[in-house]
Amino acid sequence: MSEKILVVKHLVKYFKNRSGTLHAVDNVSFSIDRGKTLGIVGESGCGKSTTGRCILRLHEPTSGEVLFNGRDILTLRPAELRQARADMQIIFQDPFASLNPRKTVSELIGEPLRLHGRYRSNLERDVRVLRLMETVGLAPRFVNSYPHELDGGRRQRIGIARALALEPKFIVCDEPVSALDVSIQAQILNLLKELQENMGLTYIFITHDLSVVNYFSDDILVMYLGKMMEKAPSEKLFDNPLHPYTKALLSAIPIPSIHNRPERIILPGEITSPIDPPEGCRFAQRCAYCTDKCLRETPPYVEAEPDHFVACHLCQG
Amino acid sequence: MSNGIPELKVENLVVHYRTEDGLVRAVNDVSFEVQRGATMGLVGETGAGKTTTALAMMRLIPSPPGEMVSGRILFAGKDIMEYSEKEMDKVRGDTVSMVFQDPMTSLNPVLTVGEQIAEVIMLHQHLSREEARRKTCEMLELVGIPGARAEEYPHQFSGGMKQRVVIAIALACNPQILIADEPTTALDVTIQAQVLEMMRGLKKQFSTAMILITHDLGVVADICDMVAIMYAGRIIEYGTLADIFDDFKHPYTEGLFGSLPNLQKRHEKLKPIKGLMPDPCSLPEGCYFHPRCKYATDACRKIRPERTYLSENHYVECLAYQEGSGVTLGEEASHE
Repeated sequence: MSEKILVVKHLVKYFKNRSGTLHAVDNVSFSIDRGKTLGIVGESGCGKSTTGRCILRLHEPTSGEVLFNGRDILTLRPAELRQARADMQIIFQDPFASLNPRKTVSELIGEPLRLHGRYRSNLERDVRVLRLMETVGLAPRFVNSYPHELDGGRRQRIGIARALALEPKFIVCDEPVSALDVSIQAQILNLLKELQENMGLTYIFITHDLSVVNYFSDDILVMYLGKMMEKAPSEKLFDNPLHPYTKALLSAIPIPSIHNRPERIILPGEITSPIDPPEGCRFAQRCAYCTDKCLRETPPYVEAEPDHFVACHLCQG
Repeated sequence: MSNGIPELKVENLVVHYRTEDGLVRAVNDVSFEVQRGATMGLVGETGAGKTTTALAMMRLIPSPPGEMVSGRILFAGKDIMEYSEKEMDKVRGDTVSMVFQDPMTSLNPVLTVGEQIAEVIMLHQHLSREEARRKTCEMLELVGIPGARAEEYPHQFSGGMKQRVVIAIALACNPQILIADEPTTALDVTIQAQVLEMMRGLKKQFSTAMILITHDLGVVADICDMVAIMYAGRIIEYGTLADIFDDFKHPYTEGLFGSLPNLQKRHEKLKPIKGLMPDPCSLPEGCYFHPRCKYATDACRKIRPERTYLSENHYVECLAYQEGSGVTLGEEASHE
């Protein structure tokens, strides 16, 4: 049995607003083995980014437990949390918005090192910054450049270097390649994979792009309106999806080939409101197989096959 | 009704932008044609010149700084460069329509969606308010929105619904040519599937000549008949869907496909194209792609490749296919 680096139990995040309570993340539980990648997929508003942020306490979860190396992150005091965050980092989606435009590349990458007081002298820190730039494939001539002088791919490399600076064990990658062109996207995906192999990193990879998640992840968790719909090892999920939502989602992937095109399942309607959702399955309104029971009772999340979890009344034994 | 004259023909289009940083060569000698009822995919990455090409077809290049340096654009054989601004106003929305990428910003937030659709109909078809209202409801139903929602404002619609409204506006006067600029890029996959399905149906129903601008080869495979691959303002490869997907020739096209994760072979490592798209202010000598091309030779650094036809509909701009150039794609160049 391999070692679990992260265990999330019954994670809940509600946002209260004027029109009611928005159920962003509703009872999400999973665990990740050291050195593996869990992909979280779903469409806008499914709670995938909120889940990632709650794990790092960038949002304070409403309830639940996040055990990192056995320690509950949610009960840490601020000073302890800061220590813990050295091991847990995040790469953001938008390399245009997540970097301070008034700082140079060297200041940006050196910032986490400075905040955590890793090096006594500036020289040592600068040496480390250059090493990090080399690791992520940024030429040393950019050391004094500002983010606006660089393209999206290079900016995302800065974001990755910042995340790596404190030698973390675990990184949340929140749509790290969504803003990039395909040829650059492939460069960054390969880089993230190499870093994982060389440093034994554990990733949560959040994305809406199913072909990317299939390429990148060991396990995949499918979310819909704050709920877990299905989770399985990637191959199993793609070969044998059980949940009607997963089936529709996979069939909707635009495949860049003109052969063996799958029969497309067109879902009716749109994602319903996450504000005070009714009892029952969140997907029921758009599901072709919806029964009375689906509208009445929330389906339990069960292990339908070994390692293959699903929350659907139709898939229970 | 095909009389051999393509619905849309672009010949040797060149567009530059004069900026403080220098001359931006956005589109460099682009030619193509689209027949009635056919869809051409215009594929390329950021900065390839896709949107500039589209704007030129609408005569909407902002000038200054933009300038259509040369080329002809023919709608059903008629050169639109000869039209006056007033005539062009009539053509836009009537003969040719455009769907923009971002449905969140292309609708007016203070008008109901019904008013926005009716505006186009009243401008071009001189119908009464009542008739326009009826036609508006028909258009909404056509794109799968209940006609009663005409009274609602854009913020009351989701992203996918807004894009349907934008498409309804574009189709309101049955244009012969529809230019769709990344119409599904801002949408979730299941909503994208809905919108693509709808566009496929409409294309059949109205035999519109369509240009679909996208960076997503998956979407192209879904809906296009012909494909043009753009790089640094040139079409570097052009062909039918089968030519491009099963028999691509240009190293850049190869690189695009190599950058995409394969759903079947999930452990196959991605083969990205090295480097970045060249700066359109200082395009390289020779082939524009040579600095990123793994097969590049000395000849590629000096000679600009000409269009070489491999079959009637399939052409490529690469020295390796040009007779007498002495270049082959046999081996990857060892040096960087």
